[in-house]
Parts: sequence; C-alpha cells; structure tokens
Amino acid sequence: MERKIRLIVAKPGLDGHDRGAKVIARGLRDAGFEVIYTGLHQTPDDIVQSVIQEDPDALLLSILSGAHPVLFPEITKKLHENGVDDVLVLGGGIIPEEDVPALKEAGVSEVFGPGTKIQEIADYIRANLKR
Amino acid sequence: MQMQYSDDLIQSYIDLIKQKEDSVKKKRALARLITLIENGGPEIAQKIIPQIYNLTGHAKIIGITGAPGSGKSTLTSQIADHYLEQGLKVSVIAVDPTSPFSGGALLGDRIRMKKNFTNPRFFIRSMANRGQLGGLAMATKDVIHVLDAYHSDIIIIETVGVGQSEIDIFKSAHTTLVITPPGLGDEIQAIKAGLMEITDIFVVNKMDRDGADKRVAELQTMLDFAENIEIKNDQTQAKVVRCDGWRPPVIKTNGVTGENVPLLLENIKKHQEFLNQTGFIKKRLQFRYKHYIVEILKYFLVKNVEEIVFTNEKINEFIEKILSHEQGADPYSISGAIMEIFRDRYFS
Repeated sequence: MERKIRLIVAKPGLDGHDRGAKVIARGLRDAGFEVIYTGLHQTPDDIVQSVIQEDPDALLLSILSGAHPVLFPEITKKLHENGVDDVLVLGGGIIPEEDVPALKEAGVSEVFGPGTKIQEIADYIRANLKR
Repeated sequence: MQMQYSDDLIQSYIDLIKQKEDSVKKKRALARLITLIENGGPEIAQKIIPQIYNLTGHAKIIGITGAPGSGKSTLTSQIADHYLEQGLKVSVIAVDPTSPFSGGALLGDRIRMKKNFTNPRFFIRSMANRGQLGGLAMATKDVIHVLDAYHSDIIIIETVGVGQSEIDIFKSAHTTLVITPPGLGDEIQAIKAGLMEITDIFVVNKMDRDGADKRVAELQTMLDFAENIEIKNDQTQAKVVRCDGWRPPVIKTNGVTGENVPLLLENIKKHQEFLNQTGFIKKRLQFRYKHYIVEILKYFLVKNVEEIVFTNEKINEFIEKILSHEQGADPYSISGAIMEIFRDRYFS
C-alpha cells in the first residue's frame, strides 16, 4: 500500500520572516509531499499540538531570529513528553554552525542553512523517516 | 514507501478513541487512524468503521464550502470558537487540493485557526483531496465517522475552494453553508445549477466590502424565483436536498472581526431544528447512506470485476469470441453477458 509522506513546516517564536519557510513548503509540495504550513508566531505548544493532530512524518522548523537554541530544544522536549518519538525533526534558517551540535544533541536530526537545494532536503527526508 | 500497520495496532487505536476521557494518547490514536484511512482507503476503513459505527450519530455535521479565498477557513475558525466557548467538543476536517502534477499538496487551512490550537476539546486535521473530484477527499466520509465516534459534538468540514459543481459536501453534512463574498458575478450566477442548489444557508462574507448588500439582494431574488417555481411530481433527489419549507437565509458576516457570526450560528441551529421537526433529517440521512454505500460498493465491485476479468479462465472464451468476430460478440454484448452472470451470482 502506497503512503503519502506528510510534513509540517512551522515558524516558532516571534520571528516574522517566512519567505524561506514558504519556499521550502512550496518546493516540497512540488517534490510530492503533503505539506502543512501552520503560519507565523507559533508557540512550542502550538507546534506540538499540530504534530499530534496532523500525524506528520517530519517536522521542519524555520527560524531566522537567533532563538533556535531555546525554541528547538523546547519543542523536541515537549514532543518527547507527549510520546511523539517517531517524527523526524529538521531545522532551517540562519543557524550558526557552532550551534548545530547542541541542536542535534537535543533531537534535531539535521540543520539546513541558506543555499540548500530543495532536492537535498527531499532526499534527506525520504532516507531518514522514522516510520 | 510501504505503509506499516497490523490489525493489533489498529485495534489499540480504536480502543483508545472509544474512551470517554480526552488525553493526548487518544488524540494521537485518532490522528493515526485518520492517516491509516487516508493511505489505505476502503481496505483499511472496513476494519475500522464496523467497530465504531454504533458510537456515531451524535455529532452535528456542518459543511462549509465556497470559492477559493472566500473566507472559509477564517469563518470556520470563528464558528469553532463559538462552539468551544459553549463547552462543546469541535473537530474540523479542512480539505485542500493535491497537485495533479507532483502528487504533493500545500495544506494551509490551519494558519487561520491558530487561536484554539491548544484547546483540548479542539481537533483540526488538514487533508489533501488526493485527486478526488467533488470538493472532498475519498477518506472524508470515513473520517467523519471516526470523529463522530471520538465523541465530537460538532464536526466542521471545510471543502477545497470550489467552483460551481464540486458539491459532494451535501452528501455528508447536516447543514451546508455556501460562502459567497461580494464581487463575484451578477444575478445570473445566482440562478445557475450546482453549488447554489445545495445551500442550506448563504453566507455573504467580507460584508465590509462594497457590493455586499447587492450580493444579498441578488441571492434573495434568486430565492424568490425558486419559491415560485413548483415542479409537479418532483421525485428527484433535489426534493430531499432542498427541503420544502426551508428558505435558505442569507447572512452577512465578517470572518476577520467575527461580526454576525452569532447570527449565523442561530441560523444553523434553526436549520437543524427544522430538519428534526419536519423529519427531513431522516430523508437526508437515508440519502447520505445510500451515497456512502454506493461509494463502498463501487470500490469493491471494481476490484472484484478486475480480479474476475483478469484471472478467470471463462472470460478467455468470451475474449476469443470477440477476437473471432463471432455473431453477437462485441465488447458491449460481452460485457452485458458478464453483467448477467454478476447479477445472477450476487443479486438474485
């Protein structure tokens, strides 16, 4: 039985820059994924609720404001607390390389910065699904 | 990509959603069941629906349809707000289109429904239509039943942005709202067939825009026409859909500010009381389940027919007759003969 891969693209925090997230959402749509875009200014609780209800295979978090060291781990912690352990979590946006190890430690599988090809993200998702 | 599931797993999800108390686990089980039905279609649904059907029939089902950008999601959010404030449990299915080119979809209805994301009595599911025509997804009917068994009081179904003939929603909803903002054509549009015929309540959204009152007047004129045309011996489905004695009200709303949304809710309530008092509710439900059964039968019959035609030896004799141009052997006559066999076997 074929199954569609569902993704959530979310913008946590107060950062209002969503051009990147929209490009990713649109590009992954064209790559054949079902992409749920939840809009700006999402709290970690909002995002966790969306994940619980939409049952996606992967959660793509985009942030450009510098709040990623706080918000990404907060989200992965809350996912875990709610028993959501089979959703791939990816990060994107403006994220300094030296921050990446700590994010990976917190459960973000990979971080994609500016210049990443959509195809690269699509391939990564297909190769690393947790279920 | 293969879908992984086992009957035990499905069973554990079903047991969870049957529980009275709400919990995160229950929500996750619900979400998983919906995913399974979306991916597995009637093959999976036939393992789920029979087990939960006796829990259904409680929820009020409201359909919201209209052109792209008419304000369906925003209004859905407003309507959900009011029901949540009343202490009710509200579930939303928001359908958006699948790309016919990539098979992908961008589901953006949640953006308008942020306000109540974390309310434990609220559940929203975005659904791609996966190529299904008619404004809904193939899984929608089944998922409505799952949400009903999940003890939802209100189920709101938001269709894809529709044109004129995507009208499947009336086969599922108790009350269908058609959202029609000002500035979309003249009174001739209002007497065309299709969408306008399935409406229980007209909503002229974006009432702050120019032309809202004109739009209301056009719709009222159209409804005046309809009331004065009586078709003798109208035994068609139209009679069930239209409900004699119910003139669809025309309500102006502002989805952004929420203006007139309480008035809209009052009218939804009135419509549901009307259905109950006149007994039309039963006719609608009969109609709804006939359509549901036709859809299920179509799926399994097609599957059976394909199996039989491609694997049954006897068919080869028929095919030979066609190839040798035997008298009375052409694809239509042979299909007729096969239909006879089917009827004898299954329906006599």
